[in-house]
This record gives sequence, C-alpha cells and structure tokens, in this order.
Amino acid sequence: MNEKTTIATKELLYKIADDLLIIGHRNSEWTGLGPILEEDISFSSMAQDKIGQSMSVFQILQQLGEGEPDTVAFNRASENFYNSQFVELPNGEYDFSLMRHFLYDHADQLRFEMLAKSSFDPIAKLAQKIKGELKYHVYHANIWVTKLGNANEESHSRMQTALNECWNFALGMFEESEFENTLINEKIFAGENELKKKWLENISLILEKASLKIPEEKNWKPFFGGRKHIHTEYLKPLVDEMGEVFSIDPGVEW
Amino acid sequence: MAITESEIWQALEVVKDPEIPTISMTDMGIITKVEVRGESSVYVEMTPTFVGCPAIKMMEQLVHDRLIEVGIKEVIVKTTLDKPWDSNKISERGLLCLKKHGLAPPPKHQGEITDELLENITCPFCESKNVEMKSPFGPTLCRSLHYCNNCLQAFEQFKPIV
Repeated sequence: MNEKTTIATKELLYKIADDLLIIGHRNSEWTGLGPILEEDISFSSMAQDKIGQSMSVFQILQQLGEGEPDTVAFNRASENFYNSQFVELPNGEYDFSLMRHFLYDHADQLRFEMLAKSSFDPIAKLAQKIKGELKYHVYHANIWVTKLGNANEESHSRMQTALNECWNFALGMFEESEFENTLINEKIFAGENELKKKWLENISLILEKASLKIPEEKNWKPFFGGRKHIHTEYLKPLVDEMGEVFSIDPGVEW
Repeated sequence: MAITESEIWQALEVVKDPEIPTISMTDMGIITKVEVRGESSVYVEMTPTFVGCPAIKMMEQLVHDRLIEVGIKEVIVKTTLDKPWDSNKISERGLLCLKKHGLAPPPKHQGEITDELLENITCPFCESKNVEMKSPFGPTLCRSLHYCNNCLQAFEQFKPIV
C-alpha cells in the first residue's frame, strides 16, 4: 500500500472505529434505565457489540502503525475524534435514541457489507463477521420503529418528531473524505455517496411501513464537520467520562 | 513419542464454553486449527462467536491450561478471523448440548439471516412452533429471548449467525 492509500485507509478506519465507540458508549448509558427490561438488555448488548467491534478496528489501525487500542480509545483528546456529530448527541428520550439507532445501524450494516468486499484484506475479513452481527441490530430497530410508528397518535408523533430532529445529523454521517477517490480507485471502500444511496433505499422501505415521512429534500442540510474534528459541545464530556478510569493510572495492568 | 493432532482435539473436548457450560469449545466450532509444531509444542487457532465476545481471553487461557495439563510444554493460542465462526459450525452433538441447557438451537442457515429464519423457532421444552420472539437480545450476545404460547414458558435461543 502506498503512502497516500495508507493515510486514506487510516482515516476511513478512524471514522468507523470512533462512530462505533461513541454510539456504543451512548447505548451503554441506557443500562439500568431502559423503558422495559428487554430494551435495557438490548441497548446494553448493542453497546457491548459496538465497543468490541470498535476495538477490532483499532487493532487493525495498530497494525498500520497507530497507537495501542486502549490508549487510542481512552486517552485521546476529544478534538481528535473522527466520529460524526450524530453519534455524540445525548440520548434524549427513548424515541430519539431509537430513531438514531435505526438510522445509524442501517448505515453501519451497509458500510460493513461494502467493506466485506474491500481490497484491504484485514477490514474485509472483519467486516464479513461484523455484518452478520449487525443483522440483529437492524432487526431490533426495524421492529420498534414500525411498531411505534403505527401504535397510537402519541407514539407516531413522537417518532416523527425524532426522525425530523435526527435527519440532518444523520445525513452528516456521509460527509466525504478528501481521499474519497483514492478509496474508490483502490477498491478499499466504494464511497460515502454510494453508501448514502443504498441507505436511503433501505430506510425508506421501513419508514413507509412505519407510516413515517422523511423530511422534504429541499430542507436537507447535513451537519458535516465530525469527520474533520468539528464536534458539538456534547463530545468532550462524553470522552472525559469514558476515559475517567483509564486516566487514573494509564499504565496499570488489569 | 510426539502427540498427534487428533489427540490434541480429543484433549480439548473437555474444555467447556464458559457461558454455556454444557457445550465444549470444540463442539461450538470455535477452535479452527490445531497444529503440532515439534516435540512438545502446539499451536491452536480460535475464532470468536461475536467480535465483542468478552469471554475470548478466558477461553484462550482455558485452551492453554488444558494442553499444559496433558503435558504439552509450549502452547500458543491465537484468535483470528481467518475462518470466521457462524452458527452452522456447531456440531450435531453441540446442538443437542444446547438443547439440554434449555436453549433452542440455531436453525441451519443458507448463508443469510432472513426474517423467516428468525421466526422459525421450536420451543426446546415442548417442541411447539407456537412461539414468539420477545427480544433479539438476551443475557449474552449470542442469545435471544422467546416465549412459548403452548407450554407458557419463556426460553432462550442460541441465535443463528452468518
């Protein structure tokens, strides 16, 4: 791999790993607080999956010369994170968390399906495995979004409001990299635009079943910036909290 | 006389899955390679059921300790995704062991997890098909929650995974 391709690949992997780590942490904040026991378990299980998956991506980054996974995850300043702003937003109420989970996981599953065909073998192998696990995340999201979209007036209107609030942040997930063409030409990743196209197709099918409406296209104003280290005020407190124990004694043997 | 690969596989049959102690790691299909390297040195490859499986380090240790116990001097255990795990890799005996533990075994998949596959579940207690999924997530990453409308019991399934 030449130098430019390596830089492009690293940036792609950081985006993916940071999204997983941060959404995983947000999911874990439902532990003990879920509206029903099954949902408490679901968000906690997804947190465990996502944080484990992020570690595997950080391990690939380590093979490419980056730092040791725990240090990179827990001892990095928040302004150096590559995650989209969407995943760092606070959980809000359950409707918002559920809608974000739906919009994020559809994108995540498609991203890993695309990466399973990557010319970069380590990520292709990992993606092959992860895409199977994500089936359950998407399945979970689809069931709840469809149920609550159709249940009663209150649940419907809350889910529609959540969709409207999430929308431009969700579009921000597909912020393009300056290395987009390198990734596409080297067949490492087919690109954010391709991903967004597939994502819109998949979520539209479910949202229709859920009687929910995607905001009108003229109002689409993606919140970009996360991939280039521009974050909301919510990321720093999250990163500080996540690294709190690690920072007490970074060199300690567990 | 040097130990053979089949003797190593046999020795590993007693190492149980820490989360489901009625099934061995070999029946689970998570040990993917055994290689005898010289007089008393063995290399073992494992693969996780889930990338985020918290038991993987413990399982590496269990495999290591078991082979030391049977007299191997040097044991190297490596976890890789070279041959990724899927639920079709559980042996016939393994599927029976899961059932004995009260878990509905995963149905065989054709390379894809479809909604039909997720809904085609048999109650491990009464064999009824009149069951419903309560949640795709259970007490461990590899299990889901169900309810049997026939024998009125809650049960868990070991999830099909591709």
